[in-house]
Amino acid sequence: MNEAILSVRDLEVEFTLRGRTLHAIRGINLDVYEGESLAIVGESGSGKSVFCKTFMGLLDSNGTITHGQILYKGTDLAAFRTEKEWLSVRGREIAMVMQDPMTSLNPLKTVGAQICEALTLHQGMQGDAAKQKAIEILGDVGITEAARRFGQYPHEFSGGMRQRVVIAIAVACNPRILICDEPTTALDVTIQAQILTLLRALKEKYKLTTLYITHDLGVVANVADRIAVMYAGDIVELGTCEEVFYEPKHPYTWALLSSLPQLGVKGESLYSIPGTPPNLFSEVRGDAFAPRNPYALKIDFVERPPYFEVSPTHKARTWLLDPRAPKVEPPENIRNLRAVGEERT
Amino acid sequence: MSMERIPLLQVKDLVVTFGARRDRFTAVKGVSFDVHRGETFGLVGESGSGKTTIGRTIIRVNPAAGGEILYNGERISGKISRERDRAVTRKIQMIFQDPMASLNERAKVDYIVSEGLYNLGLSLTEEQRRQRVARALSDVGLLPEFAGRFPHEFSGGQRQRIGIARALIMEPEFIIADEPISALDVSIRAQVLNLLADLQRKRGLTYLFISHDLSVMRFICDRIAVIHLGRIVELAETEKLFAHPLHPYTRALLSAIPLPDPAAEKSKVLEVYDPACHHYEKDAPVWTEAEPGHFVLANGEELDAYRRMLG
Ligand SMILES: Nc1ncnc2c1ncn2[C@@H]1O[C@H](COP(=O)(O)OP(=O)(O)OP(=O)(O)O)[C@@H](O)[C@H]1O
Ligand SMILES: Nc1ncnc2c1ncn2[C@@H]1O[C@H](COP(=O)(O)OP(=O)(O)OP(=O)(O)O)[C@@H](O)[C@H]1O
Ligand SMILES: [Mg+2]
Ligand SMILES: [Mg+2]
Repeated sequence: MNEAILSVRDLEVEFTLRGRTLHAIRGINLDVYEGESLAIVGESGSGKSVFCKTFMGLLDSNGTITHGQILYKGTDLAAFRTEKEWLSVRGREIAMVMQDPMTSLNPLKTVGAQICEALTLHQGMQGDAAKQKAIEILGDVGITEAARRFGQYPHEFSGGMRQRVVIAIAVACNPRILICDEPTTALDVTIQAQILTLLRALKEKYKLTTLYITHDLGVVANVADRIAVMYAGDIVELGTCEEVFYEPKHPYTWALLSSLPQLGVKGESLYSIPGTPPNLFSEVRGDAFAPRNPYALKIDFVERPPYFEVSPTHKARTWLLDPRAPKVEPPENIRNLRAVGEERT
Repeated sequence: MSMERIPLLQVKDLVVTFGARRDRFTAVKGVSFDVHRGETFGLVGESGSGKTTIGRTIIRVNPAAGGEILYNGERISGKISRERDRAVTRKIQMIFQDPMASLNERAKVDYIVSEGLYNLGLSLTEEQRRQRVARALSDVGLLPEFAGRFPHEFSGGQRQRIGIARALIMEPEFIIADEPISALDVSIRAQVLNLLADLQRKRGLTYLFISHDLSVMRFICDRIAVIHLGRIVELAETEKLFAHPLHPYTRALLSAIPLPDPAAEKSKVLEVYDPACHHYEKDAPVWTEAEPGHFVLANGEELDAYRRMLG
């Protein structure tokens, strides 16, 4: 395994909202290795975007890092206080493709101008050279007639095309780490497959480290070397792609896999996880997933489980892995995902 | 079936263009389809193929440059009376694709969800209105107390559900759901799909379901139309489409469905659609019924091949 390029230690993030405190990130430890592609998967509101925004100093103004460190090349990003410090990292070291393409594009500027801006700011390119490069990148992200599209405004693009423009801007920054927040949800499956291929190619070419934030485990199977499963502001399972799909250990991972539409049967309800995620305004006791977990043990409601190591690359925070726990099998429909693939191809 | 089904929505030779004169761009190039009452009709196609534009033309946001749209047998495209325009506004609701851009950031959820009610000029008491907001929110799995919060305080998935609540509160008959779940994680996706199916059973709703995710469509749609660059290339009942995809673009879409299996995914060979595979110079394609209820855009030679595939 390569060196860690980014190390997160005991990270906690809180938001203040009308006098109340929301604990969005509750003590995350994670090493991101140079050149890997790591997927962060979890339910809506689990804190995936907030977690990654801390690497770029992009938390909303009512949010703060209250504890922990984010070590990047020996520097603790969590200690940054000024915009100036962040500007040395943002874009040129770590770039992020945001979840909502429309909000990260300036509606008043042509897409070409916006890509050129990034090229000028981060790679020092000017004038025609910047324009040529911008058109090349637009072509790279799969936009046809790039030269004509260069002069158009974001509203003249379809939802999926806007997302590709946002990826083009991030690529124009030439970063070391590229964070893609739901990079392909707005894209149709064929383009999605193309973008993932493109991102993989960019990753190889520029030795990029990529973080994919997504809830779509299908996409994850294609691109991820490793998967971190997030729940309620915490990573509950971490392993290689194969480990998480073929030998998932946390009941929350089981639930996520079970609810994949690919495993659904027409005419029957899709499996959906009962209940709702915990209210992060109040303190979470025990395993945050316990109230929704049909396999929960008594201790899950009382004490937060530690990580249990399954293999040197695989660990999960669930009491079910304690040697004293009763033996529980994962749900029927996810026991043999290898066979699912074989059947469909 | 004993009773002849009357389509609730009829789209006939619809053409939609953007820009004027030399810059004119035709986004929808003569699209026709019917949606029957109570069914879920899917529209699938790649980015930029015109799906959202079709939806927006049905709700009268974009004008039709050609063709017409009928609702319940009455024309709703072009110039129509004030009352009919109001009726369309209430009966046909659209859930928008981009949850962030479609929510007014400065308004509280309470206002956002009931905005349509204000516009209709219904005489609801404040208490009735509040109750309807609370019910719409709980219908989509959000807590009623969220009504007092602002959109930016929600995660992407939560915002999408606010968009759905806002459509449901109008008690529509016909819902155009534009990628309603693509911003949602799998677990809530399942809830919303089950919810949409449930609402359909209880209220007899009709859906036009726009998506690029065929694995979801397989699950929810009765019939699916595949659209490519503003033209429908294939239309069939869901089972037929999955069992016998005829058009090469449909086959490419099917091959791209992500599988929850790393080994299969990483070794998967994508079928890529290249429009150059058609030889339409001499023999132009025609919209043809290849088997009962299964239509495809093909020329004579292709049709022979497709019919052989069907056996
Ligand atoms: N500015 C803010 N003020 C208050 N709470 C916030 C703010 N931003 C995010 N949160 C809360 O922090 C939690 C994590 O949000 P985040 O956007 O990271 O979720 P996510 O995992 O990215 O979800 P999704 O998949 O829906 O995008 C949520 O409970 C959200 O409501
Ligand atoms: N207001 C507009 N002005 C100019 N062109 C537009 C406008 N809206 C859409 N278009 C163009 O029309 C075509 C169809 O766009 P549309 O948004 O309908 O695609 P879509 O099928 O919904 O794609 P996606 O899956 O990416 O959402 C695209 O080429 C787009 O650039
Ligand atoms: Mg997010
Ligand atoms: Mg669209």
